[in-house]
Amino acid sequence: MTTAALEPTVNRASVSRRRWSSIRTWISAIIIVLWCLLPFYWMVVTSFRDVGYTFDTTPWPTHVTLDNYVTALSTHWGNHLGKALLNSLIIGASVTIIALLVGTFAAYALSRIEFRFKGIVLGVIMGASMFPGVALLTPLFQLFTNIGWMGTYQALIIPEISFVLPLTVYTLTSFLREMPWDLEEAARIDGCTSAQAFRKVILPLAAPAVFTTAILAFISSWNEFLISSQLSSDKTQPVTVAIASFTGSLPHQEPYTAVMAAGTIVTVPLVILVLIFQRRIVAGLTAGGVKG
Amino acid sequence: MKASRRTRLAAGFALVSAAALALAGCSSGGGSNAQNQDTSGRGPITYVQGKDNNNLIRPIIAEWNKAHPDEKVTFKEQSDNADQQHDDLVQHFQAKDSGYDVVAVDVIWTAEFAAKGWLQPLTGDLKIDTSKMLKPTVEAGTYNGTLYTAPWVTDGGLLYYRTDLIKTPPKTWDEMMADCKIAKANNIGCYAGQYADYEGLTVNVAEAINTAGGTIVGKDGKTPTLDTPEAKKGLEMLVDAFKDGDIPKEALTYQEEQGRQAFEAGQLLFHRNWPYIYSLASTDGSSKVKGKFAVAPLPGLDGTGASSLGGHNIAVSAYSKHKATAVDFIKFMESEKIQREAVVKASNAPALASLYDDPELNKQLPYLSTLKTSIENAVPRPVSPFYPAITKAIEENSFAALKGEKTVDQALSDMQKAIKTAGSGS
Amino acid sequence: MSSTAMGAARDSGAPPRSPRQQRGGLARAQRARNRNAFFLIIPSIVLLAVVIGYPIVSAIVMAFQKDAGLDAATGFFVQGGFAGISNFTHWLLQQCPTSDGGTTSCPPGNLGAQFWSSTFTTFFFTVVTVICETVFGFWMAIIMNRAFHGRSLVRTAILVPWAIPTAVTAKLWFFIFSVAGIVNSLFATKILWTSDDWPARIAIIIIDVWKTTPFMALLILAGLQLIPEEVYEAARVDGATTWKSFWTITLPLVRPALLVAVLFRILDALRMYDLPAIFGGGDATATWSVLVVQQMRQGPNAASALSTIVFVFIFLVAFLFVRFLGANVVQTTQAQQKGELK
Repeated sequence: MTTAALEPTVNRASVSRRRWSSIRTWISAIIIVLWCLLPFYWMVVTSFRDVGYTFDTTPWPTHVTLDNYVTALSTHWGNHLGKALLNSLIIGASVTIIALLVGTFAAYALSRIEFRFKGIVLGVIMGASMFPGVALLTPLFQLFTNIGWMGTYQALIIPEISFVLPLTVYTLTSFLREMPWDLEEAARIDGCTSAQAFRKVILPLAAPAVFTTAILAFISSWNEFLISSQLSSDKTQPVTVAIASFTGSLPHQEPYTAVMAAGTIVTVPLVILVLIFQRRIVAGLTAGGVKG
Repeated sequence: MKASRRTRLAAGFALVSAAALALAGCSSGGGSNAQNQDTSGRGPITYVQGKDNNNLIRPIIAEWNKAHPDEKVTFKEQSDNADQQHDDLVQHFQAKDSGYDVVAVDVIWTAEFAAKGWLQPLTGDLKIDTSKMLKPTVEAGTYNGTLYTAPWVTDGGLLYYRTDLIKTPPKTWDEMMADCKIAKANNIGCYAGQYADYEGLTVNVAEAINTAGGTIVGKDGKTPTLDTPEAKKGLEMLVDAFKDGDIPKEALTYQEEQGRQAFEAGQLLFHRNWPYIYSLASTDGSSKVKGKFAVAPLPGLDGTGASSLGGHNIAVSAYSKHKATAVDFIKFMESEKIQREAVVKASNAPALASLYDDPELNKQLPYLSTLKTSIENAVPRPVSPFYPAITKAIEENSFAALKGEKTVDQALSDMQKAIKTAGSGS
Repeated sequence: MSSTAMGAARDSGAPPRSPRQQRGGLARAQRARNRNAFFLIIPSIVLLAVVIGYPIVSAIVMAFQKDAGLDAATGFFVQGGFAGISNFTHWLLQQCPTSDGGTTSCPPGNLGAQFWSSTFTTFFFTVVTVICETVFGFWMAIIMNRAFHGRSLVRTAILVPWAIPTAVTAKLWFFIFSVAGIVNSLFATKILWTSDDWPARIAIIIIDVWKTTPFMALLILAGLQLIPEEVYEAARVDGATTWKSFWTITLPLVRPALLVAVLFRILDALRMYDLPAIFGGGDATATWSVLVVQQMRQGPNAASALSTIVFVFIFLVAFLFVRFLGANVVQTTQAQQKGELK
């Protein structure tokens, strides 16, 4: 900018260079958007296609029908997508609530209080979040078989806490660090009791952070597959498992178009959620640095 | 300071484990074979099977309950998913649950459950007449010479062929391969079964080996017998067909569905599949072979080939308190009336031999008499408690052979060795 | 609980007292803080000990037990008893027991023979996907860091692959990569993406890169945004090329955040399960997690040994990474959280 202002010739070259660079940016941006969205687009297009034209390669919707959605949501062939959505909701909500109830205290301590062994506690939480889920699976499979918990909700909720709780503590700690805690003291100087200060000042300030953490926790539970696929039953299986084992009207039958419809049903709420809370989620991801 | 920080992660891992030491106990697996020896108990029982998608079971049970008010049957419906059914049964058996009296068992689980001592031998007071059942279905329920599971629904492979291109279906494998020139002339694939790396591959390879006169395991159900020239001939038939392009290469991705789609799209002259695709291929809007195909028994060396056997048998739990009622209920399920109902309502292949020749049922399911030939010549997959390991050994090595990564000899000798280790612990 | 917490906060912000009082008060306050922190932290630690610690210890106990074997005489299963380290040698040295009580090298088709090949697969996937994701992620982040119209659209689009559950992703791409699918028709090929070894591996890498690069890009972007524009201006005045300023400014400044992101991705890739399990590809794409699940129903004790080995391996990778690349997770995190990351 400064150099450009000094010499007109450089200015012209610089302008054209800048224009060229902005075109390149644009092309790159378009490539990124296409790369990210096309597979998803293909899923949606296929989900509206008549099953007889499953492998049609026309890039826009042809032979449009809603049959696949009827098939996907129908319980007639032993698929219970609706029930599975409910299960995912139950499991996700339970895990999120438990993790928040327990994790908030830890996050508060980690972000607000200087105490001994803080590094070790952080290490434990980090270590736990990196833990391979498959290492829990076999012993839990045995344990749950022995005590008759296979296929129950608690058999799915308990193992998921192992990765959702660390994620919660970790993300929430980062958020709470950034909060303007001085306000709390200001409130007390203004004559609030600490409980009042907490309710009137801290809680409203912390609510967005807790909410974002809750979204991330919920999404990570919603996406879980390994443990649910091994420990759930048809009554408790979440959507990920339901989709992976989606069947048609007859044994062995696997209708792609209906699977794509089911995939769309499962994904669209999540995509909407993500779009609405885009900024928060990005903030949560980057603050925590933990994969959801 | 810096070093200590770096080791905090390690400390973290260690601390979690240490904290848990106090909580950990020993989880014991397996159990003793303490069975309930009383075989004369009568009273209400529970019948357990996978999802009843065709609303077949409930009316049957209602009918039974009307006739047996003191020995009512309750239906416990399991999931659709085979793994989930298996795990659910294991869980209840391990808990010695007397609430699971009669259970439907996939034919490949029979040996495992029997060897665990979870199934009541159907002998003595509990003997069942199996003389009218198709013989292979009885063999599939027999472990160590004892019948543990009674035939209920079965399944066998059929050869689907294009009537617009072929006048008479091939009887032997060689005839079929000779017909492949017709496929070539029409620019379509000749033959395909299921050759993706999954259980269906075991089914198809076992069929080839049995068809060629070989066996996978000996009479004891565990000693592998794949070092015979017959076994070699069997696997070679498939490998050569792949090499010559008579089986198109994409068949390596085929499970039942992909094969069906290829056949319906008119891309295959011959196709091995289960009976379920018959109605789909004749009614699907997209099917290009509507009215242009028929079924035949699988081709053999010099006669009918040997299909593998699918289906479910039913068994009495060793922990049932009302075994006499349980066996009566099984007998009821095997009766002609109920077996017929299963055909009419759910298109199940019945275990009862006489139904296959029934003209009325044949009108409903035109493939029925062909299916009978198929099942009569069928060979059950190995009835072994280590079936998962055996099928893994077959799948992995035959898949490599079909892809041309291994010679037939190498594949069979590896299979032989792998099945041998399967029987002797992990 | 929360009132204790508030108490701690009040202690630290209490009005000044006399020096003597203050010294004693400080020590007391620190003790009180330690105690409060302990009560706040302990529920999380106990819960983690139950849901992670218990299974680990239980897996180690199980790993030293033999799986139930068959009594040749009766045909019934009998308890296996103490196994020593045979479950571990089964995987690490690929030793299979023979019927006469000795051991033999596990033949192909036995899961034991698959340990090292699945180790290769797991590491291969990890190395390739993490490298691709870092490179593409960097590229995406740099684009998103530029000011242009539609930047928010790019940021939104990038979250879509991340938001789709992996199980759905795997099904979606299974369809895209099927023999008759769109990829083969676009390129007029007949590649067996779901069956042939290398096509299946490549397909899984493509899917994983599609799904996870956005996450990487966002983390890198967060790092990029901490670099003030003036630094680049200054470099430009000094005549540095774009390429040079990338290597001398961007990379060093983003490095700490990048290393943490890469570590997370590595550990995540090492436990990959959903994609190979649903997409398929057979043994060529069987990762450690897939192998454990296959073994679990065949012999839980051997499966426990395997999962313990996997756990140790992953731990070693994390340790080595931290040791040699200096990705100090705890330190970086604390710094990040204090806003000191520059």
